[in-house]
This record gives sequence, C-alpha cells and structure tokens, in this order.
Amino acid sequence: MGLSAAALLWGLPGLLLIIALHPAFSPCPAQASVPAHRDYCVLGAGPAGLQMAYFLQRAGRDYAVFERAPGPGSFFTRYPRHRKLISINKRYTGKANAEFNLRHDWNSLLSHDPRLLFRHYSNAYFPDAGDMVRYLGDFADRLGLHVLYNTTIAHVTLNKDQRAWNGHYFILTDQKGQAYQCSVLLVATGLSVPNQVDFPGSEYVDGYESVSVDPKDFVGQNVLILGRGNSAFETAENILGVTNFIHMLSRSRVRLSWATHYVGDLRAINNGLLDTYQLKSLDGLLESDLTDLAIVKDHEGKFHVTLKFFLEEGDRSADAVPLPQDDNDNFALRVAYDRVIRCLGWSFDFSIFSKSLRLSAGGELSKKYPLVKASYESKGSRGLFVLGTASHSVDYRKSAGGFIHGFRYTVRAVHRLLEQRHHGVTWPSTEHPITQLASAIIRRVNEASGLYQMFSVLADVVLLGENATAFEYLEEFPMQALAQLETITGRRARHGLFVINMEYGRNFSGPDKDVFFYDRSVGHTEDAWLSNFLHPVIYYYRHLPTEQEVRFRPAGWPLPRPTAIHHIVEDFLTDWTAPVGHILPLRRFLENCLDTDLRSFYAESCFLFALTRQKLPPFCQQGYLRTQGLVGTESLRQHGVESGLLWDYATVGRGDSGQQPGDHGPGQHPLAPGPPVSPFDSNKEEL
Amino acid sequence: MQPQLMMSSSFSVLRVGISFVMMCIFYMSAVDSLPELSPQKFFSTLQPGKTTLAYFCQADFPSTSVFLEELNEADKPLQDYGISVTKVNCVTEETSRYCGSEKNLMKAYLFRGHILLREFPTDTLFDVDAIVAHVLFALLFNEVKYITTLGDLQNTENALKGKANIAFSYVRAIGTPEHRAVMEAAFVYGTTYQFVLTTEIALLQSIGTEDIEYAHLYFFHCKPVLDLTQQCRRTLMEQSLTTLNIHRFIKTMEAPLLTEVAEDPQQVSTVHLQLGLPLVFIVSQQATYEADRTTAEWVAWRLLGKAGVLLLLRDSLEVDFPQNANVVFRRAEEGVPVEFLVLNNIDLIVSRVESNMHIEEMHEDEDNDIEGPDMDIQDDEVAETVYRDRKRQLPLELTVELTEETFNATVTASDSIVLFYAGWQAVSMAFLQSYIDVAIKLKGTSTMLLTRVNCADWSHVCAKQNVTEFPVVKMYKEGENPVSYAGMLGTEDLLKFIQLNRISCPVNITSVQEAEEYLSGKLHKDLVSYSSVSVLGLFSPTMTTAKEEFTEAGNYLKGCVITGIYSEEDVLTLSNKYAVTLPALLLARHKEGKIESISLANVHAQEIVQIITNASLEIFPEITVENLPTYLRLQKPLLILFSDGSINPQHKKAILTLLKEKHLDSLTPCWLNLKNTPVGRGILQAYFDTLPPLPLLAVVNLHSGGQVFAFPSDQAITEQNLLLWLKKLEAGLESHIKILPAQKWKPPLPAYDFLSMMDAATSQHPTRKVPECIKETDVQENDKEQPEDKSEIRNERTGTLRTKHWKRSNWFEEAKKQFRHDNKEL
Repeated sequence: MGLSAAALLWGLPGLLLIIALHPAFSPCPAQASVPAHRDYCVLGAGPAGLQMAYFLQRAGRDYAVFERAPGPGSFFTRYPRHRKLISINKRYTGKANAEFNLRHDWNSLLSHDPRLLFRHYSNAYFPDAGDMVRYLGDFADRLGLHVLYNTTIAHVTLNKDQRAWNGHYFILTDQKGQAYQCSVLLVATGLSVPNQVDFPGSEYVDGYESVSVDPKDFVGQNVLILGRGNSAFETAENILGVTNFIHMLSRSRVRLSWATHYVGDLRAINNGLLDTYQLKSLDGLLESDLTDLAIVKDHEGKFHVTLKFFLEEGDRSADAVPLPQDDNDNFALRVAYDRVIRCLGWSFDFSIFSKSLRLSAGGELSKKYPLVKASYESKGSRGLFVLGTASHSVDYRKSAGGFIHGFRYTVRAVHRLLEQRHHGVTWPSTEHPITQLASAIIRRVNEASGLYQMFSVLADVVLLGENATAFEYLEEFPMQALAQLETITGRRARHGLFVINMEYGRNFSGPDKDVFFYDRSVGHTEDAWLSNFLHPVIYYYRHLPTEQEVRFRPAGWPLPRPTAIHHIVEDFLTDWTAPVGHILPLRRFLENCLDTDLRSFYAESCFLFALTRQKLPPFCQQGYLRTQGLVGTESLRQHGVESGLLWDYATVGRGDSGQQPGDHGPGQHPLAPGPPVSPFDSNKEEL
Repeated sequence: MQPQLMMSSSFSVLRVGISFVMMCIFYMSAVDSLPELSPQKFFSTLQPGKTTLAYFCQADFPSTSVFLEELNEADKPLQDYGISVTKVNCVTEETSRYCGSEKNLMKAYLFRGHILLREFPTDTLFDVDAIVAHVLFALLFNEVKYITTLGDLQNTENALKGKANIAFSYVRAIGTPEHRAVMEAAFVYGTTYQFVLTTEIALLQSIGTEDIEYAHLYFFHCKPVLDLTQQCRRTLMEQSLTTLNIHRFIKTMEAPLLTEVAEDPQQVSTVHLQLGLPLVFIVSQQATYEADRTTAEWVAWRLLGKAGVLLLLRDSLEVDFPQNANVVFRRAEEGVPVEFLVLNNIDLIVSRVESNMHIEEMHEDEDNDIEGPDMDIQDDEVAETVYRDRKRQLPLELTVELTEETFNATVTASDSIVLFYAGWQAVSMAFLQSYIDVAIKLKGTSTMLLTRVNCADWSHVCAKQNVTEFPVVKMYKEGENPVSYAGMLGTEDLLKFIQLNRISCPVNITSVQEAEEYLSGKLHKDLVSYSSVSVLGLFSPTMTTAKEEFTEAGNYLKGCVITGIYSEEDVLTLSNKYAVTLPALLLARHKEGKIESISLANVHAQEIVQIITNASLEIFPEITVENLPTYLRLQKPLLILFSDGSINPQHKKAILTLLKEKHLDSLTPCWLNLKNTPVGRGILQAYFDTLPPLPLLAVVNLHSGGQVFAFPSDQAITEQNLLLWLKKLEAGLESHIKILPAQKWKPPLPAYDFLSMMDAATSQHPTRKVPECIKETDVQENDKEQPEDKSEIRNERTGTLRTKHWKRSNWFEEAKKQFRHDNKEL
C-alpha cells in the first residue's frame, strides 16, 4: 500500500528525494528475500524506456525504470563515436501544425510539454550526440519520471504465480542482489553488444567502440574497415582526408538509404567514401564474407589479408603464411594495411535473461534482435514486451521502428495495449457521423506523424457502426496485429473497417533500384495505385481479417487482400488536400464501399430533398434535419448556379419548365441520386 | 469576250497586261453558267412572277471577281428555289440606272417580274451562304418574322396560340450558314409554321438558354394551346443548325407524339426510323393502360426530336418477349435486333436513348480516348462552390485568428465566439463566409469577440477543445462552460444566437412592473425580434427545486429563446392576473401579442425544454429553408399552401379557422412564400411537372408513403371546400398526384477500381505479354455476355467499362515501360 501511495506522488519532482529514501528501493540486503513489487518494470532509461515511463506516468501506473548508468541515454554518451547524430533535427517546415512538424523531427520524444522538443536543444540539422544526452536528462527530470540509476539488472527470471496478471511475475535482480517483482516487463535495453566476427587475426582489429577518433592517428596510413553500415562510413568520413587510402570490406553490397527508403541504411551525410571510390581516388569497396577472412601481421607490424583456409594448411608464423596474391597476383587486398577497424554494429544483450523467459533471437535477417510479435510482446513469455531499438525485428529494413522517430509511436501503441489489457481502458478513439469520414481520413493523412514515420507498421483504423451511419476512428494501431484488433483495443469491428496506411510504391525501394528514373512520379488520380513516393493507401474490409489471412497475405502486401483498395495519389508536397485530385477520388471510394452518397449539400438542397423525396442523403440527415444545415452565402450560390450544380430557382418556371438547360427532367434536381452504380461487391462478381 | 477586249484596248499599255489576266479569270469563272446580258436584254427577259437576282457589273473592276465566283456557285441552289441569277454587263453603250456610277458598282438587285424587291450591296453577299440566305430572307418576308425583343416574341406566340406552331431560331448574324439553313427550311415549311428569327443574344438569354455561343432552334408547340394564359411548350433542337438537321427535326415535330401499336416491334415502321432515330416502345397492359399512356406521353415529350415513342399494347400481341421487360428499344440501323429492357424510371429510359446517341458519337472518333462518366468532375456542390470562390479575398481581419499561444489568453480575457474550421475542408470554408458576414453585421456593436482557429494549423488547440470535426462554433463566457452552437450554419441563425446570448438567460426579474415589461417585450426591445417567444417562469420564493429545473432549462435554451424567472414575494399578483397556479410558465408571443400560461408542477428540466420548444413553434408558420427541420420533427404530414408572395388573408383565415376547430390536428399546416423561398418552385415542379397556377394547397405525406395530394385547383380555398377535401383525403377517396421517390442515395459515380488494376498488373507478367492481351479482351467479352436481367446496370456502366478498358491499356503501357526499365538494369 505504501508503495502505491508513493507512486501517486511521483508526479511531483519535489518529492523525488522522499521516494529515493523509501525502504522498498533501498538496496538493503536484509530485504532481498522480499522482492519489491512493481506493476511495470522498464529496463533501460534510453529514449524508448523514458518514452514508456512517460506514458505510464501520465496514466498513473505503478512503474519503475532501471538504468545501470548514472543518467539516461548512456548509449549516446559514447555513440556515435564521432558525435554527429544522423537523425534530422528540422526546425522549420513552414507549418504551425505541431503534429505535422513531428514528421520532420527525428529526435524528440512524445510529451505534452512543448519545451521538450529537440529543436530547443540544438540548432544543427544533424545534431551532436551530447545534445541528445542533455535532452534525455531534461526529459526524465522535467516530467519527473521514476528512474533508478546505477542499478544494473544482472538477471531476469520468471516466477509462476496464479495471482499475477500474466500467470507469472518477472523477477529482476540487480548487481547488489536486490530483487524486484514485476507484473509486466518492458525491455528497452537497445542493442548494446558490439558485433564481432571471429577469424584468425581478429585480435589485431580495432573496434568501432574503442578506435581513435583523432584523424592525426591515421596520417599516411593504409586503412581497412570491416563493415558497411553508417558507423563504418562515419569512421571513414572522419579520416578520409589524412589516410593514403581506405578500403572497406563487407559481405553485402552497400545499401543507400535514399534508394531503400530505410533510415538504417547508408545515409548520404556519411557517404563521402563512395564519392572518392567512384572518382578513382584510391579508396575502395569490396564484397567478401568476413568469416572466411584471416589477418596476419608481418614483421613490420603491417597487416595482410588472407583466407582462413590458408592458415589451416600451414604453420602460423607471420611471414610464412600463404597469401592470396601468391597465386593470384592481382588480388585486390594485396597491400599491407597499417590499421584494420571493425564497424559491424551491435546486437541485443540476451545474456541477462533466463532461459525460462524463452526470449530468442529473431530470424536469419534479424538475428541481433529478440523475436517479438506484431504487438511487440515476446513470443516466449506473455507480459514481456520489447521496446525501442531492440524491437526492430518487426520492421527491420522496412520502417523506422528501430529509431527514435519510429519507436516513440510503437511505444505508445504498446502502452495503449497495456491500458486495455490490464486496466480496461479501451484504445482511444473518436466517434463521428459517416459524413465526416473523408474529412477524418484527410486530416490524419495530412498531419499524423506516427502514420508517416511508421509507415506500413502503424496504421489508423476506422471501425464502421451499424448501417454505416457512424464510425469510430482509432489511431496508430500495429497493423500486423489486425486480426487481434478486438482484444487489443477493446473495441468491436462488426460492421466492416477501413485501414489507413502510408506506403511507398511496390517496386520502388531497394538497394539496387534507380529511384530517380524518369517518369517516377504519378500525377493522374486514375494512376494513383502506381504512385512511388510515400502516399496514403486505404484498405476496406467487410470483415475483420483472421490471423490466417494476415499471415498468408499475398507477397509484398502489408495486409491481406481487401474488399477494395484506394490509393491517394502521391503528392510532391505531401499535402493531400486538393479538392479534385485527392478528396474527390477518396470520397468516391468511400461511397462505393459504403454504397451511399457522401456529398455535402447546402440547406436549400436538403430542403428540396426533404419535401420531394422520402429519403435524404446522409449529409442532410445528419446536418440539416438536426437544424445544422449549411446555409451558404449569396456569392457561393452564384458559383453554384454557374457550375450547374445549383439551380437558380428564382427563374425556374418563368420560361417553359421542360427546357431548362442541363435539365434532366422536371423537378429533378441536378444533384439528385444518380443512376445506380454498382458498388464494389458487384464489381467483384464481374471480374 | 468581245466587249472585254474592246475595253482593254482603250487602256494604257501598262494596264493591258493586267486586264488581260483579269480577262482570263473572267473567262474561266464566269463563262460556264451565268447568263450575261445587256441591261436592255435583261429587262426584256424578266417574266411576271419570276424572281431574278441580277448583278450589274462593269467587268473591268477587279474586286468583283471573287463575288462573281460566289454568285456563280449560288446559281444552282437559287435555281432550286426557282430564282434565276443573271449578270448584266453595263459596258455597252446602253445605260441603265442600275448600272449607276462607280459608287454602286458593287450592287446586286432582286426582281420579281419587273418589280425591284431589294438591292444588296455586294459586301453583304460575301459568300454562297450569304447570297442564298439574303435572297430567301427577302423573299420570305412574311413567312419569316424578324424580331428583336421579348415582347415581339410573346406577341407572336400569343397570336398563334391554338392556330399554328412556331419555329423560333437565333442566329449570330444574318448571312451565316445557320441563317441560310433556317431560310431554306422556311422556304419549305414557311406556310405550315411561323418562322421567327432573331439575332439578339439577349432574347435568347431571356428564354433561358445558357449556351449563347451557338445558333439555336426552338419549336414552340402553340397550336394545341387553347388557354391563352398558358405558355407554349418548347422543344430545343439539340443538333447543329444545318438544313438537313432542321428538316429532320421538323419532321419529328410533325410526327404524332405517341403512337399506339400492337404488332411486333421489329416490324413497326415510323418516320423516325427513316430519319435515323431509334424507337422506344413502352410496354403496356390492359390493366395499367392509363398509367402507361401517361408515362409514355411523358417519355415522348422528353424524347421529342431524339427518338420515336410508341405504346406497345402487349395483350393483343402475338410476339413472344421477356415477361418483365417494360421497354423495348429499337435502333434505327437495319438488322440490329430489338432490345428488351427493364427500366424503372423515365430518366433511365431517356438516358438510355441519350447514351446510345453518345456511343454513336464516340464511335466516330474512337481514336480520341473518349472516356465515360468523368469521375474527376466535382459533383459536390459545397466543394465546387468553395473551390470556385477560392480567389476571393474575405475580410478575415474582422475576426481574430487564434493560435496555440493566444487561444487561452483570448477566450479567458473576453467573451468570445470561436469558429473551429479547417482550411482544406469545404463545408467549414463555406461556413467561414457566413461567419465573416456575421462579423460584418456586428462590426463595432458587439461585446462578443469573434475569433477563429484553423485546425489545419493548430490541431492541438482544437483537440484540447474537444473539436475533432469541422466546423464547430463555441461560445466562451467568463465563469461558464463553453457552449457549442447547434443551430443552422448560416448568418441569420448564428447572429440570433450571438444576440440572444448578450443577456444571460434565464434573466432574473425583480419586480412585477419589470415582469410586465419583460412580457410585453419592452425590456429586451432589441432582442425580441430574434426570439419568437419570451418565457417567464413564476415561482414562489420557496420552490427551490422547481426553480433549479427551470434555470437548467433556461441555460439549455440559451441563444434560442429568451427566458426569465420571477420568484419574489409578490409573485401571486402575476399568477392571479394570468390565472395560473404556481409554479408556472408564462409564454409571451410577441408577434401575436398573446400571453399563454402553462402549469409546471413536478416537471423536469428536460420536459420544460420540450414544452418551451413546442410552444415556440407557430401554429401556421411560413415554412422556410431554415425552419423546416423544426416542423418535420412533429412527424406529421404537411399541409402546405404555396403562395407567390404573401398569403391571401382569406386563405389564411380559412386555415386558421379549421385549426381552431381542431380539424387539422393530424397535419402540420404551413405556407410557403415563393418570393422568400424560391426553391419552392423546384418542389412544385417535382409535384406537378410544370408550375401550376398559384396559390395552391397540397398535403405531403413525408413520413409514411410519400404521397402528395393536391387540392383541386378549380375549387376556391374556403373552409368548407377544404374541410370536405380533407375528409375525403382521410377516407382515402382522393388519389394522389405523385408518390415521392423512395430511392436510396447511392454513390453518384463509381470509384477507380484500383484492386482490379493491381490484379491485372500482377497477372500481366511481362514475359507473357501477348497471351495476356488476349485474356484482357476475353474479360471484355465476358462482360458483354451477362444475363439479361443485369442489363440495366450494365447499360449504365457502359461508359465506365470503356474507361476501365482504356485505363487497362494505360497501365499495360506502364508495365511495359517498367519492364523495359528492368531490362536496362540487367
């Protein structure tokens, strides 16, 4: 009881001291046998851990964050080694919309406090890592997040207990033997273990984590860099001007992020070496499997590249080792290197998790990440969620889930899931009459940052009400978990749904793609489905797809085959508000899915319909009939008459009634329901 | 040739060469047909009654040559009308006054016998069309009436009612090809119909034609009009004005409007088929003959000039055809089988014919990628009008634009109205205009600050105020919760809301005298016009619960109705005066100067709201666009008196009497002033097809069945007649004139079917290009072979399918391009 009372007080920073002194948290060995309980334990006070702490705090939940370092964001105190972050800090967009601006702010965490926007912390487009550390420190302090610093969780196990939310507790033990019992474990430890390749001579290699960042140390040297990620290029960039040459060796070809549309691939800011390689300035790139490699040191202390199996044959004395150039005198790596640097990235630290947690590595492509479901819950144990960079297996090489500007949204999605699962708080939504549907979608695709950053991972969902007269709008749902929507959100999807996603063109992205080909942009609405650049795509399902359907969806599709699909044509300004180019085709799509007429009408038209028809279009029903009709002004009326969409009733019948221009029959309003158009179901039969 | 040679010899050497060339031209152009005579000879050949166009020329004058060519060409057509053309040479020694001097060298003369009818300067006869048009125009002076004003047209129309039909045409100028076509038609039909011609655009506009760029021909059906106050029906010829088209058009006007047949549709022949127009058979059965005939006549009028309409009497027909077919369509082309269709309304039949015409046109220019219904054309009236108005500068500065920074400070500092809108959302932008109008009207007079927030920029501000859709208007007053405006999104109603909110309802009344002033409207003189009633709650000081309930109701009705509360010790003076027991309501109707009283014992706030809302309804309101929804809530059939201008007091009295006698309890009686509510014309047109004489009474059963009943126009609107009619109506003895359509509101146009385009693209693997092409065609073929019962839908979709097909080939090109690109990469 005392604990939860304290938890309520955490919101007030002034009380932090009291909390710190609270016996439950004091690492007193006498109490080690009675683990302190927390509903939510967050491992790691990096961006993802703090982001989750923020949401837990706002919801008034019982939580604690465990951080082994003395302050938040310890990764950034050391990395990137050359201190320049490659996340964009775009301070100006020309727009006031704060939500929209987050689309171009890759560093801020989500909060209600506008002071906690990263643009207040750095003026640099590619900011310094030190600013990130400062920012995270402020984020934790200002919001009064409860973080236990200098607490290294050394071991995590599972303790079965019927009373626990998930049938088991997570038992965390810190470096001092203090145990913590947690109902839900949120792992936000990032990737902390540098990747190493074990080959003969790997002991001669400098690691990225410890290599000198002073260019002076590389003057006049031949340098070999292993790896081809941003850290490798960042290292090369730093010493490019002082070395004799830099060779770069890795298994796969270089992946340029502007071709793959994946921010984890090589960013243009780091690609100076590509330029010098292609412009014949002695630097170079080579592809080879690093595990076949061996490095030998000669008597001058220089390094030679050879193959592992050459070493196995003969003795290992340095100068006698056979080299590839002995047989093949034009072998590319035949020069001697002064330095070999390893920049191979990082992996998740699995070591602290007991086997009982069944936290296993992801598939072949994402070995460095723990395996999680689309809801970020571990496949092995219920109640264990992986957040932040470590959760990137969900969208590795696809979207931004491994980066702050992506996982700040997936963390929010996990929090919403938890609120529903453990506290009966349904997924937030707004309810609107159906006439607002096109507007609701247009608003989101134009401003939503979560949809934009986490394209094809988080999607908005529109749940239709009975008879499609109203709908609920849910934001940023993990779309791969669509089949579980009802349990995750606590909302019903009984009458069909729309899923609003953002997508690049199907065959547009890839390391080998020419993304600048002529005619790459689509301007015509009827060709919208061929859009290449990121654009909104809307899926319509008459029923919620099943898990099977999601799993066995067609190749290359982010979702199962829908009843109907709509692409809003790509826009150079990512401004999808053009009345005819964007909104009109969307309205037609929605109308045909719902088999209704979603046009808006002035009160006068509704008045006419009310007295000359038994049924009214939804806009008149939901507006005019509730005395909220749109009256309009004289100048708008004039335009209406000129356009032929409105009648000038003052002149009707003055001449002969049968011969009004554009008249399609006496009494027939030009906007009256048109000839029946078969909606998408009948289309399907035909095709 | 002889005279010309002689002439040239008299010229200088230099001139010889030139005139020699001239001679050659003359030789070649003029010699083949035009008779050339000397003046004397010419006049001797003129026969009485015979019309001749003569050109008196002096052949050495060069500019005449072009004219002569045209004249030469006009010879043949003019001869067809019995007019001969002659060239008279003035070069011989003979002189004639027609030869004239240099100045009138350029003239042609029209003679009938020896009588000169007209003289034409040659520049008016600029080409063959002009020559023929002018000559015929001169000859057909009586047959073709040239007019310049609407009055002329009306006079002609009135004069011919019951006598003859009129062919009225507008041409841009005299002498144009269209003018010639009209004149040629007049030559043939001039004795049967009165031709009327104008070149005045204003005249064409006044009869309601929009497209004044082109020539028009209307057929006025005046002959059947017996009532002189009635207008002649008009049919517009939709084709271009050529002699052939006019001929065809007039022929169809002459043909019977509707023919009854009882034979195989394939065998029937009418003038329409000969003219290349399709036939539409409306299938009729004995049982429904009357109704079918009415429908068929209807269709016939709509299709006049476009198709022949026949009534096919099915019962006596021996040919076998589909049971459910109600329309048979036969194309004009020989050998095309007739089509049996199920078309459930007239529009479908008409559009069937028109789309057929459309397709024919499309066939002509197949290569031009003609699309079906254009899905990219805006059909949302609000979106379109806002778009068209986008460049107009609104005086936005009259309202304060709020931002994230200023919002809270502003709405807490002063009483404010806030409009939440989104710059890209049409409905809210349309309303923004009304909002600005309110600002203009209130400029400098209101204590209320008019502000706005563009939620496209400040979405967080809007979200914080719980605004998630647009537009929303909220009122922020110090110390009160924000109130959402729930009235019509228009200037008047919003203005009313703002004005009524100047006082804080319910108003606390402190003395009997003040109460009387309140009830008489004197207390809030400037506001009573906005509130149809003033409500005063009377309570003794101890009735706290009742007072609370009333106050809550008053709060709820803020901005709609003025409410006040009186609960002083001397409240009994009032309750006695108005003979009510406390707690009670007094309801002052300012317009009628009446005060009603209602007891309020144990009534909750919600019910009080209901009582006041109902009480503020009028018993016989003038129905308007703004107030109709309020009256529709009563869920009763409407008894509407349509009036062109203010209501006849006699009629009003009759209805009020019936009301008083409780004969109208099952109805909502109201009247509609076409002057204030011009859209009423649209309603009348929907009920009666043509505008009936006014005033007119109708009962509209909107909520069950949708029948419209019209009070007989030959009866006077009196109490007795009306009562009798209503009784008959109630007894089911009156038949309705119309049942309002119960059609559901479907999507106005199809959407792009991206799913099938994507499917097609994936099945269209580049390596199998050719066979896939064939498959595509197969799909098209299959579409065509659908069962008959789907024909309706299919026909409506013809255009769409075409569009899609075109699209398909388009993406196919795309796919190929992609493929080529891939190749390059490899």
